[in-house]
Amino acid sequence: MILIPGRSSKQGTSLNAGKLKEEYQTITSTIEMNESTMNKLGLSTGDRVRLSCSTGKVEVACGKPRKDEDLPDGMIFIPYGPSSSELMESDTAGTGMPMSKQMMVEVERLGAN
Amino acid sequence: MSETKTTEAAADEPNIRIVEDATCTFCGCVCDDMELTVDLDANRITKAKNACVLGRAWFLQHGIEDHPQAMIEGREVPLEEAMDEAARILHEAKFPITYGLSDSPCEAQRVAVAINDLVRGNIDTTTSVCHGPSGIAFQGVGESTATLGEVKNRADLVIYWGGNPAESHPRHFTRYTVTPKGRYIPNGKKDRYVVLIDIRKTPSSPVADQSIRVKPGRDFELLWALRALVRGRDISPDIEEITGVSRETLDELVERMKNCNFGVLFFGMGLTMTRGRHFNSGALLALATDLNKHTHFVAKPVRGHGNVTGADNVVSWQTGYPFGVNFHRGYPRFNPGEYTTVDLLARGDADAAMMIATDPASNFPKRAIENLKKIPVISLDAKPTYTSRAARVAFMVATYGINTGGTVYRMDDVPITLRPAFDSPFPTDEEVLTGIYTRLKALRVNGRKKAA
Repeated sequence: MILIPGRSSKQGTSLNAGKLKEEYQTITSTIEMNESTMNKLGLSTGDRVRLSCSTGKVEVACGKPRKDEDLPDGMIFIPYGPSSSELMESDTAGTGMPMSKQMMVEVERLGAN
Repeated sequence: MSETKTTEAAADEPNIRIVEDATCTFCGCVCDDMELTVDLDANRITKAKNACVLGRAWFLQHGIEDHPQAMIEGREVPLEEAMDEAARILHEAKFPITYGLSDSPCEAQRVAVAINDLVRGNIDTTTSVCHGPSGIAFQGVGESTATLGEVKNRADLVIYWGGNPAESHPRHFTRYTVTPKGRYIPNGKKDRYVVLIDIRKTPSSPVADQSIRVKPGRDFELLWALRALVRGRDISPDIEEITGVSRETLDELVERMKNCNFGVLFFGMGLTMTRGRHFNSGALLALATDLNKHTHFVAKPVRGHGNVTGADNVVSWQTGYPFGVNFHRGYPRFNPGEYTTVDLLARGDADAAMMIATDPASNFPKRAIENLKKIPVISLDAKPTYTSRAARVAFMVATYGINTGGTVYRMDDVPITLRPAFDSPFPTDEEVLTGIYTRLKALRVNGRKKAA
């Protein structure tokens, strides 16, 4: 699946409270998928999943499903933070910029929250 | 420098100060129309009129931290001792690097450049993991540019590509680009057509008159197709299969772009952080150039941090290059991929690091973080972070724009003066950096390390 880290309002406001605070850490380790994708994977809101790629793996929680028309099938959105960094490759293809969006990851269900 | 406009409140509220025309430095919009209510007893801002949701959090969450000014390996030390140790680390290192700077005023950024010039270090800013690819594209393609004021007063076609300003820059729409009435846009939003191009629906989507959904990783192909159509060339009949956007949609957009009076392309991380990187930005900038054969068209990156644009400006005017600058040979060299911080850390090149108002231990790739943890780190930040927690020397500094004055650059390269709200017991990052610079000067003879 394609992981798209990005900014969100809650990520931005919790950032101001402090990155070491629980709120920021919860927000940056909660993912979004559309309804069809969550159904296909047998996932519900609050379930824990493991995202993994050749760079690393990280455990995150499933947020509320997005409407199918809002987020394409097979795409995961996560607010920027330590979890998305864990999966980021360090190769920058000579630009200085690691591939910070559009990362290919595998999703494994770990169980209900 | 402008005076801070303050109003002391009535006698029954003696410890309340109102600061007018204060500047929010949370994001690159750098809105300078804040009216802050400051509780001087509590040393905190209680109200931030005109601020967006992010700005309110920025002002209301930045009080005075219960934290030492300076620490060495987690132990509280006098400020002077920490500056001694920071200078020693940078002086003894063979490959010291400095990174961050996008949440510091220009005055501090200038001292950081001077330090690296002195120790023959490497200076890079968060631009390299933000619009660094756009910086590369500017050098290759050029930039047809404008201020946000021009956009407000003239733009009748506003296109956002790969960005979600409703969440990242909430006042971009309302203060500069969509809703405000301008000199030649008397009816505000009614006189503009807004297009949003993205891979997903976002909270920005309702603002747009037209949302175009591009397939992930196909921005370059879509931009190149638009360029071809603007130049009167034909394109592949498979364009919808390739990009997810129909030929009819493209034709309509091209006609709209060619026939507007003043068009603007704002672009975000959706272009620079994905496959193609600087090629994506370059294609968009080239599209803006092509469109100038038909009408007036400009392109602007939407910048993230409050003074990341200042960092580009300061490092450019001091060294000739915007980011990723290396002084090892005694003169500045620029090479993204070689002198950019993710690469330097991932390869394990650096043997000391000074991190200014940034948190790479949280947001860098894993390999870079692992190597960062192996070298002595000096951290300057206004809040505890993953990086400050792991730093050998950690300075807690005053928050720019709230506790300190100075200059920042808005995302359209317009310099804006800061109006501080209340004093901080913490030093400014400029004071800390100047202290380190002074010590480094004393450790060296004619700029060189003294013989052992």
